[in-house]
Amino acid sequence: MSGIPITEADLQAFVDGHLPDGKRAEVEAYLAEHPDEATRLDAYRAQCAQLRELFAPVLDERLPERLTKLARPWRVPLGRIAAAVAWMAIGAAIGWQLRVAVSPAPATSARAPIARNAAIAHATYTPEVRHPVEVGADQEAHLVAWLSKRLGAKVRAPNLDSVGYSLVGGRLLPSESGPVAQFMYQNKEGSRVTLYVRATAPDQEQTAFRYADEGGVRVFYWIDRTFGYAVSSNHLGKDALLKIANAAYAQLNP
Amino acid sequence: MKDSAQVVAFIPRLRRYARALVGERGAADDLVQDTLERALNKFHLWKRGTDLRAWLFTVMHNVHVNQVRGRREYVPLDGDALEQPVRATPDTALEARDLERALLRLPVEQREVLLLVVLEDMSYEETAATLGIPIGTVMSRLSRAREKLRVLMEGLPGSRRLQVIK
Repeated sequence: MSGIPITEADLQAFVDGHLPDGKRAEVEAYLAEHPDEATRLDAYRAQCAQLRELFAPVLDERLPERLTKLARPWRVPLGRIAAAVAWMAIGAAIGWQLRVAVSPAPATSARAPIARNAAIAHATYTPEVRHPVEVGADQEAHLVAWLSKRLGAKVRAPNLDSVGYSLVGGRLLPSESGPVAQFMYQNKEGSRVTLYVRATAPDQEQTAFRYADEGGVRVFYWIDRTFGYAVSSNHLGKDALLKIANAAYAQLNP
Repeated sequence: MKDSAQVVAFIPRLRRYARALVGERGAADDLVQDTLERALNKFHLWKRGTDLRAWLFTVMHNVHVNQVRGRREYVPLDGDALEQPVRATPDTALEARDLERALLRLPVEQREVLLLVVLEDMSYEETAATLGIPIGTVMSRLSRAREKLRVLMEGLPGSRRLQVIK
C-alpha cells in the first residue's frame, strides 16, 4: 500500500480498466472495506456494458447511401483508371508468385470489393479493447460451427501460431453479398491481424493471391471456389503481412 | 492511395457515437454527414502520422457544438428535471430503451466524455485532446455522468426526494 488516498479519479479509472496493477490492488482493498462504493462502481461497470451493447448494432448497419456517396471523393476516382487496373490485375494474376512481394500495389480496389470491405471491417473492429470479437477463441468449435452455418459452407480458422499470432475469436458481419465472417488474431505485443471470409458467388471470378493497400490497411486476398479470403493489417509492413497471409493460405488452400 | 481514404473506415464508429450522442438516427447521420463534409474540406489540416480517429471525433465535436447545440430543443435538462428517475421499478425488457432516454437527459458535455471513454475506449488523455479540455475536466464530467445515469436508471431514493410535482 502506498498510503496515498484513493481519489474519485482512481475509482473511475478502476471502472475503465486504466489503472496500473499496483494501484488497482489498492482500490480493490479499499472497495473491500467500502461496500457502498463497491456497489456504486459495479453499477458503473454494468452501465458500460449496457451502453456498448445498446449501440454495438450501429457498427454493423449498412451505411446510408448519402454517407457512402459523400465518402467517394476520398477515394481515387474509380472510373478513370478502371481499365488500367484491369490490366494490372491480369498482370498480377499471371505472375503473382514471383511478384507479390515486390510488385507495386494496385492503385485502387475497383475490382476487389473484398479487399476494401475487409479493410473497413479491420479498421472498425481491431481498435476494440473489450469487445473485439463476438465469440472468443475459448469457444472455437462453437465459433466455427456458427459461422459455417451462417455462411453456408464449412469455414475454418487457420492456426497462425507458427507466425506468432493466436486466435482471439470471430464475429459475423453483414455485407452486400450476404453474411461474412471475421476472425481476429493477436500477437504477444497485442497487435492484430484479421481474416475476412466471404462466400463466393456462383458467377464470381476466382483470383490468385493479390495485394491491396486500402488507405493504410494492407490486405492480401484471394478467392477460390468456396470462399474469398482477405488478411488485413494496419501496422505490419507488406512483407511481414505476406508471411502471415501465406501461412493462412497454406492451410485454407492446401 | 490518399491517406484520406482511411476516413471511410471510421464511418461506422462515427455513426455509433453520433447515434448515442444525439439519439435519433436521421439526426445522427446528419451529424456524420456534416462531419465528413467538414473533414473533407479541412483534410489538409490533419497532420499525417497523428491519430486520425481523434481528429475526426474532434471535427464531429466542433460540428456538433456549432450546429446542434445552438438549437433550443437540444439544450440539456438540468436541475430537478434531470434528477427525476426515468423509471420507478426495474424492468429488464425496457432497460435498453430507458438507458437511451436517460443518456439523452445528461448534459451534452458529460455525455460526450462518457461515450468517448466507454464506446470508443479512448484513454482519458485522448478524450481530453479530442474535446480540447483539461484531463481534470474529463474526470469530473465522467464521474458526474455516471452518477447521474445511475440515479436516472435506478430511481434511487436520493433522487425521489428531489422529484417535483408540477
